[in-house]
Amino acid sequence: MSSIPLAFENEIYILEKKLFELKKPDSGAKSLSEAKELEKKLEQIKGKVYASLTPWQRVQLARHPQRPYTLDYVKLIFDDFVELRGDRLFSEDQAIVAGLAKIDNKTIMLIGHQKGRGTKDNLVRNFGMPHPEGYRKARRLMKLAEKFGFPVVTLIDTPGAYPGIGAEERGQGEAIANNMEVMIGLQVPVICVVIGEGSSGGALAIGVGDKILMMENAIYSVISPEGCAAILWKDSSKVEDAAEALKLTAPDLLNFGIIDEIIPEPIGGAHRFKEDAARNLKNAILNNIKILQDIPVSRMLEIRFEKFKKMGRFIE
Amino acid sequence: MAWFKKKTDEKPKEKKKGIPKGLWVKCNGCEEIIYGKELELNNRVCPLCQYHFKLNVLERINLIIDENTFIEYDKNVKSDDPLSFKDLKRYEDRLKSAKEETGLEEALVSGEGKINGHDAVICVLTFDFMGGSMASVVGEKIFRAVDRAIKKRFPVIIVSASGGARMQEGILSLMQMAKTTAVLAKLGKEKLPYISILTDPTTGGVTASFASIGDVIISEPKALIGFTGARVIEQTIGQKLPEGFQRAEFLLEHGMIDMVVERKDMKKTVAQILDFFKNRQ
Repeated sequence: MSSIPLAFENEIYILEKKLFELKKPDSGAKSLSEAKELEKKLEQIKGKVYASLTPWQRVQLARHPQRPYTLDYVKLIFDDFVELRGDRLFSEDQAIVAGLAKIDNKTIMLIGHQKGRGTKDNLVRNFGMPHPEGYRKARRLMKLAEKFGFPVVTLIDTPGAYPGIGAEERGQGEAIANNMEVMIGLQVPVICVVIGEGSSGGALAIGVGDKILMMENAIYSVISPEGCAAILWKDSSKVEDAAEALKLTAPDLLNFGIIDEIIPEPIGGAHRFKEDAARNLKNAILNNIKILQDIPVSRMLEIRFEKFKKMGRFIE
Repeated sequence: MAWFKKKTDEKPKEKKKGIPKGLWVKCNGCEEIIYGKELELNNRVCPLCQYHFKLNVLERINLIIDENTFIEYDKNVKSDDPLSFKDLKRYEDRLKSAKEETGLEEALVSGEGKINGHDAVICVLTFDFMGGSMASVVGEKIFRAVDRAIKKRFPVIIVSASGGARMQEGILSLMQMAKTTAVLAKLGKEKLPYISILTDPTTGGVTASFASIGDVIISEPKALIGFTGARVIEQTIGQKLPEGFQRAEFLLEHGMIDMVVERKDMKKTVAQILDFFKNRQ
C-alpha cells in the first residue's frame, strides 16, 4: 500500500506501520502479544474514523488518486471486455470508456467516465471531463445495447463536463440533454453507479436509469464544493462548509430518495482495498440486473419515469 | 481626503443592469439614452441598436399570448428548504427577498393560453428570481404543465432565462434536469410539438436539459446561451474568449438552434410554426 495518506488517515497509517514491524518474524514473542493488542486498537480506530467521516473527508476519498476507476473495475469484475470507440460524428473522447463486457457470462454494455493516473495519462483522459463527443459515443453505444437487448451499466466518476471553447461550439448542453432524453426511454435495463465523483450535468449525462447506486464513499452533487464556495461564500477556501451544506454523500442521497442503494466499501476505503470494493460492486450489478430482467419492458419504463417524476421537495 | 472619498462613494451606481423603469433609460447595448416610454412601446427593445432588454414574466406572457386568454397553473406549488441550506445567507431569506422583489412565488410561471388562436401550454422562466435558477418547484411546475399539455393535446412553449440549477437545493436541483427532460420525452412520444425559446441568458443545467431538446429552438438576438459560464471557461483555458462567443448568432452558426428571431416577430413566428404542426399525423 504505497498511497499517501489523507490527513484523517494518518494515525491509521502510523499504527499499521508499527504493527507491520511488530509482526516481523524476528521480533520475538513479546512483540507478538503487543501486536495482538495493537491490532485490536487499530481496528477500533479504523472503525471510529470511517463511521464518522465528514462530507469533506468523503469528497477527498471520492477523488482519491488511488481510488479504482472504470478500467480498474473492468479488470476486477468482468470476464471479458472489448472497448468500442468514437461517436461517428466528430472524434473519440477518452474521458469516457465504453464497450461490451461479460459478467457471469452475460453480455452488458459498460460505459464509464475514465480519469487518468499521472499527468500523461490525465492529459489523454482530460481528467475524466468529457467533451460532447464522449456523451455522443455513450449515446451511440446505448442505442447499440438497446438494439441487441443488452443491459446498460454506467460508472460515474467525473469532476464535470469539460468547460472549453470546442465543447461549447459542439453543444455540450445539447449532448447532455439528449443523453438524458435517450436514457429515460431506453428499452433495456439501465443501472447507474456513482463510483467516485459525481459532479453536476457531466455526471447526470450518463446517470438516468432504472437503478441509481452509489459506492459508500462516492459523492454526487449539483456543483463542486469549490465552485459552490466561490459563488455563495465568495471565498474558495470555504470548501468544507460547502461540502457540508450541499448534502452530497451517499447517505444524504438515499435519504432524499435519489439513489436506490449504497454499495458498501471495505473499512479503509475502495482506494486501499480495490478487490473487496470490486466484489461488492459486482454483486450489486448482478443483483440489480436480475431484478430488472424479470420486469416487462413497458412496466420497467413506467417505473423509471415515475422514479424521476418523484424527485424534488416542495410545499403545496 | 475623507470628504473627497465619501463624495465618490455616494455616486449612484452606474450601468445597473436589469429592468430600468425610469423616464430615461441608458441602453446596455449602445449606451445611448432612450426615452422610457419609447422603450416600452418597442417591447423593451432599443430603437437605436436593437438591444433586447430583459422582460419580466407578465411582459413576456403579454408578448406571446393573446389578450385575456392566459390561465395560470400551479400557483400554490412553493419552495421548501429541503437541505436547510445556509451559506452567507439562509436559503429561506434569499427566497423571501426574491419573492418581495419580483412579486412572484418562484422563478417560473406556467399556464395555458392562445397564440394567435392556437392553444398552447406555456412556461416562462425569469432571471429576476434568483437568476432564473431551477430547483424543485421549477422542475415540478414544468413537469405538471407538460403533463397537462399531454392530456389536453396542446403543444408546449418554454421560454428560458436561467443561470442553471439552483445550488441551494443541491442534488434535488440537479435531478430536475432529468425530470423535465423525462416529461418532454413523453410529450414527444405523444407526437406533440415543443418549441424552446431561449432568451438572455440561458446557461448551465437549463441549457443542458429542457432548453436544448425543443423540436424547434428559437433564440432572441444576441442572447447569451451556453453550458459553462464564460468566466469559468476563461479560467480553465487561460485565454480570452472570442467576440460573440456563446451568443445566439454563434449558436446558429454552429448548428445548435434553428433561428434567431427579433422580439417583435416572436409571436407571429411561434404561431406560424404551430400552424404547420396542426397537420401532423
